[in-house]
Amino acid sequence: MAVAFRNRWAAVELHIVTGKGGTGKTTVAAALALALAADGRRTLLVEVEGRGGIAQLFDTPPLPYAERRIAIAPGGGEVHALPIDAEEALLEYLDMFYHLGRAGRGLRRLGFVDFVTTIAPGLRDVLLTGKAYEAVGPRRGGRPSYDAVIMDAPPTGRIAQFLNINTEVAGLAKGGPVHKQAESIMRLLRSKRTAVHFVTVLEEMPVQETLDGLRDVSEVGLPTGAVIVNMVRRAMLSEEDLTAARAGTLDREGVQKSLERVGVPAGEDILDGLLAEAREHALRVDLERAERRELDAAKRPVYELPALSDGIDLGGLYRLADELRDQGAGA
Amino acid sequence: MTPNRPTEPIGIDTMLDDRDVRIVVCCGSGGVGKTTTAAALAVRAAERGRQVVVLTIDPARRLAQSMGLTELDNSPRPVAGLDTSAGGSLEAMMLDMKRTFDEIVQLHSEPGRAEAILANPFYQSLSSSMAGTQEYMAMEKLGQLRRTNNWDLIVVDTPPSRSALDFLDAPKRLGSFLDGRVIKILAAPAKAGGKAYLKVVSVGFNMVAGVVTKVLGAQLLKDVASFVAALETMFGGFRERADETFRLLKNPETRFLVVAAPEPDALREASYFVERLSEERMPLAGLVLNRVHHSGAAALSPGRALAAAEDLDAAGDSAELTLTAALLRLHAERMTTIAREESLTERFCAAHPTIPIGEVAAQPADVHDLDGLRIIGAELAARR
Repeated sequence: MAVAFRNRWAAVELHIVTGKGGTGKTTVAAALALALAADGRRTLLVEVEGRGGIAQLFDTPPLPYAERRIAIAPGGGEVHALPIDAEEALLEYLDMFYHLGRAGRGLRRLGFVDFVTTIAPGLRDVLLTGKAYEAVGPRRGGRPSYDAVIMDAPPTGRIAQFLNINTEVAGLAKGGPVHKQAESIMRLLRSKRTAVHFVTVLEEMPVQETLDGLRDVSEVGLPTGAVIVNMVRRAMLSEEDLTAARAGTLDREGVQKSLERVGVPAGEDILDGLLAEAREHALRVDLERAERRELDAAKRPVYELPALSDGIDLGGLYRLADELRDQGAGA
Repeated sequence: MTPNRPTEPIGIDTMLDDRDVRIVVCCGSGGVGKTTTAAALAVRAAERGRQVVVLTIDPARRLAQSMGLTELDNSPRPVAGLDTSAGGSLEAMMLDMKRTFDEIVQLHSEPGRAEAILANPFYQSLSSSMAGTQEYMAMEKLGQLRRTNNWDLIVVDTPPSRSALDFLDAPKRLGSFLDGRVIKILAAPAKAGGKAYLKVVSVGFNMVAGVVTKVLGAQLLKDVASFVAALETMFGGFRERADETFRLLKNPETRFLVVAAPEPDALREASYFVERLSEERMPLAGLVLNRVHHSGAAALSPGRALAAAEDLDAAGDSAELTLTAALLRLHAERMTTIAREESLTERFCAAHPTIPIGEVAAQPADVHDLDGLRIIGAELAARR
């Protein structure tokens, strides 16, 4: 039975959104944050790759390293955003555990922070997931907590490694501050409070990477969530017409007569052009259906978001959020 | 709709036929069809008589199969089905980043030492997952292929970096990191001359080093230290190697093609890249714009098409009326896409008026055979 997204994933507090480059991962993460904030709820959208994509999407100046409200959801909810920076997060930890104060800034000047995160690439990932972990659940000091945290995560090809904290910290000092926290992070990531969603488009490479990513994420013991197919174009012709368009046997004369009837000049160029567009559309539909079958074989709940032909703006984002919120998944 | 652009077409054949051009680098952000473009250029150059090798990084499975690439084996394989009547040839290979790194180690050190390095845990994480390693190894492989002189044209695809610029910066960053002062100081305890380093650093530094040890652990630092010590005797520093490749890229025998799709992100990256290449005085051949939409019925505007579709809806629901209304709506959507792509492209052209552009039409299906690659090559060669 179809279950709307917000009900299907109601128990999830940390939504991790991944996808191949170019599939609209950041857009979908933002739409999801808006959708889950509807009706007076509060969500936090976190960015871990330092690209400033969220600020661009919400049409605001680059965001500082701090939580701030960036949008109001339908029904009075709030979306907050936090661009997580690994260096800042590391300095925060060091300050918390060693009270470095001014020396911390010196560390950065010496290039040490860069150095440390470079020789232990896992450390950077643990710091990034660690900040998202802190935002989930109740917090000390009366700071706000969120109904859901949505992470715009690294791309599909890297997601399993990024989230596999146990392996990532293997190189860190046992009993060190970051290592200790990693265990709590991993417990959250492996629980039902987390879901890893995959954004894809119906093309060969993204679908293949999604299937590989789903397998990799399951293999490291993390809960896979939904597959969100972005930029879906609906078939605009009937099945019969699609078949004819593919074969090049559409009723050319009928089209010509109909066009003339509504006063559109139906020269050979126009007719050729329209029929060629129909054929390309039919081939595209075939390709997308084949890719969709591949995705369905993975047996994950699938949601679809429409292609917006004039690109994504703030209005488009709200539209995608509505789609996502109320859509039942064809499982 | 005629595009209002000051730029000239790219004229890819002039470049491919120029025997002084020995390297063509395809760069751009991820997901814009870099690999397909590289493959199409390689096929065209080979069929025009050149001895070509194409280095791909992460090709789609079926595209790889179309060139006879079934596994990552790091050595060029002849591509079957090529028209060799002009005397050319084509080989293709996929980059195996870890193996390329392993090979450098094996090539430059005595057997016992090489094994120690390959088994070093820090080396293992570095060679398989450290940011920048793939870019570094792609450039390293390019250098190796060029030095063998077995081919007269090398076409390179670049790694699917988040940002197009990573490809230029990562090798240098990794090189200077491995060769840097900080790593040497931290590695110092492993070496006899370590104390000399420590004398010059401040007390603050020692405290900092202590914190680093607490976070990372002494074992990792020991691994790093022995790795660096082993590398140092092996060859004259990573930075030099990176610099050498950088010089190769600046050489007049090299041409860069920036690949993009008519989307805001891809074109923004392309702009950055074009500016950077010009700053570095690297030879830019032009912009390849993939997945551009066209219409044979461009004379029919989207507004007119939609209005006519509504009239048809009102006129009845016979098969031909319904079909025609659907065709008009399809057309209106196509025209909206074309208008958006045009305006994005014109914005790019206005900022970079001297850069030649080659357009490749959006294909209804993925390209995965030589014929598909030939069609793309021909489009890039066409002079509109």
